[in-house]
Amino acid sequence: MQKLLQLHDFGGPGGKTLDDVRREAAQTGCSSTGGSGKASCGSGAGQGDLPPEIWDKVKNHPCYSEQAHHHFARMHVAVAPACNIQCNYCNRKYDCANESRPGVVSEKLTPEQAARKVLAVASTIPQMTVLGVAGPGDPLANPGKTFKTFELVAATAPDIKLCLSTNGLTLPDHVEQIAAMNVDHVTITINMVDPEIGTKIYPWIFYNHRRIEGVEASRILSERQLLGLEMLTARGILVKVNSVMIPGVNDKHLVEVNKAVKSRGAFLHNIMPLISAPEHGTVFGLTGQRGPSAQELKALQDACEGEMNMMRHCRQCRADAVGLLGEDRSAEFSTDKVMEMDVNYDLAARQAYQAKVEQEREVIAKAKQAELAKLVDETSDIKILVAIATKGGGRINEHFGHAHEFQIYEASSAGAKFVGHRRVDLYCEGGYASADGVEPILRALNDCTAVLVAKIGICPKDSLEGAGIEAVESYAFEFIEQSVIAYFKDYLARVGKSEIRHVARGDADIRQGAFTET
Amino acid sequence: MAYKIVASQCTVCGACEFECPNAAITMKRGMYVIEAAKCTECEGHFDKPQCVAVCPVDNTCIPA
Ligand code: SF4
Ligand code: SF4
Ligand code: SF4
Repeated sequence: MQKLLQLHDFGGPGGKTLDDVRREAAQTGCSSTGGSGKASCGSGAGQGDLPPEIWDKVKNHPCYSEQAHHHFARMHVAVAPACNIQCNYCNRKYDCANESRPGVVSEKLTPEQAARKVLAVASTIPQMTVLGVAGPGDPLANPGKTFKTFELVAATAPDIKLCLSTNGLTLPDHVEQIAAMNVDHVTITINMVDPEIGTKIYPWIFYNHRRIEGVEASRILSERQLLGLEMLTARGILVKVNSVMIPGVNDKHLVEVNKAVKSRGAFLHNIMPLISAPEHGTVFGLTGQRGPSAQELKALQDACEGEMNMMRHCRQCRADAVGLLGEDRSAEFSTDKVMEMDVNYDLAARQAYQAKVEQEREVIAKAKQAELAKLVDETSDIKILVAIATKGGGRINEHFGHAHEFQIYEASSAGAKFVGHRRVDLYCEGGYASADGVEPILRALNDCTAVLVAKIGICPKDSLEGAGIEAVESYAFEFIEQSVIAYFKDYLARVGKSEIRHVARGDADIRQGAFTET
Repeated sequence: MAYKIVASQCTVCGACEFECPNAAITMKRGMYVIEAAKCTECEGHFDKPQCVAVCPVDNTCIPA
């Protein structure tokens, strides 16, 4: 249970233990004496033992809070094309593989165009709370454009939180400015702390006006990254660390990276799977370096989780993504369209909307607590994965055939815990479903016991059942976590009555990365 | 002497634009080009042409 309140355990030893939370769940009504002295009945929506000033920074940030990502949106503006290092998983001709799905070149914006786009999006999508600069190159290799964009946005839309993602090479040089501009969050991509391993990932860096190769390059990069991290956390700026999991290269080593960044105050660690299709033209793609399987990724995330919060809902968004995570509305906001749009930035309306979302989150949290209370006597050690078709709002509200991705929850007697998502190709393309369309989805969900959907056709339902995956419509439009727990309880009951037999499921394919087509 | 950019290879990443000490590299009709009159091959500034050093695509910034 501790882990499903994504941020609860931030406080380390002072955080709630699983037993604490179960005890609370078992109580009726609200106890006003949580670990932090706050009423605990609403805490499922979030704060837990986070210090208020930190909670304030993360609660509406879709990337920092798993809870928030159902409700709040972010946008990236592609103002930073240049990069100062080369990664073997990147081919800049196709965008940064680190933060974007390769394959589509982003529209590059001037800071003025970007600021206008932010206003246009903010006045159309009230749940857009975060602006990030994430490339397509490195924002801090383009400091002029990055900081100019922040400056323009801060002047016109002061409620929008600013964040940036960087490879860290020039980070120490920019920490003062980052602090001065009130940038709330910084993400550093750190794939190694051992320069020898670095040589397999980074062929060169451009530093002090020179191209540097080999161990020397990785040593400098690593030193600069860790120094930058320390400088940021010393100034109270939240830092998330992204790592790309490359099997056989840094997969085991990432446990060490996790320790190194945690000890320097990183707040969240996001281990992402390598994307390496040959057609992307990256070094890893061309050398046939494979990405991890779903089980490998989860095992590594679980291994690091004892150390700190792990982020599992990352979508490796494009540098120009707009919308809820997993959704991309960037096509609605192309430069041409934005320049023509009537922009009416209504701060009060945005705040009113966000307050309503806040209320909804409280309701969801309470519903979950209530459902959890019913699990309290369960001691089974059965764990299952359940896939969810959702289009946001924390509900099971997507048709199986319309799902671009499935969110995966692990259900156990401890509750429901979000463990990741699986991107799939649209099953129901152009209104009709093709029989072979379901095959890749079965592969992507192969480790799941059930998929909860708003609706599903007979054909795919049969295919799923043939593959041993139960398709369930009875929780349509209900809250996700509450439903996962209810399904699990029902599952255990059926196992208990020998109506079904619990079987361990196989491994699944993962295909992550944001999509661009709708 | 000057450098030039091989347009068919350039990814228009813009990395070279910031590094040129002479502001010889500019965007023209969606492509980066080097103004030969301004390019000094970085003589007197750096020991290597900066556009060559920073360009992620090999053999894209070459002697004209
Ligand atoms: S930091 Fe991003 S843009 Fe730069 S080389 Fe690496 S993956 Fe590519
Ligand atoms: S060689 Fe130096 S001066 Fe010439 S274009 Fe390249 S960076 Fe500019
Ligand atoms: S650095 Fe190379 S690829 Fe990038 S814009 Fe300059 S010439 Fe083109």
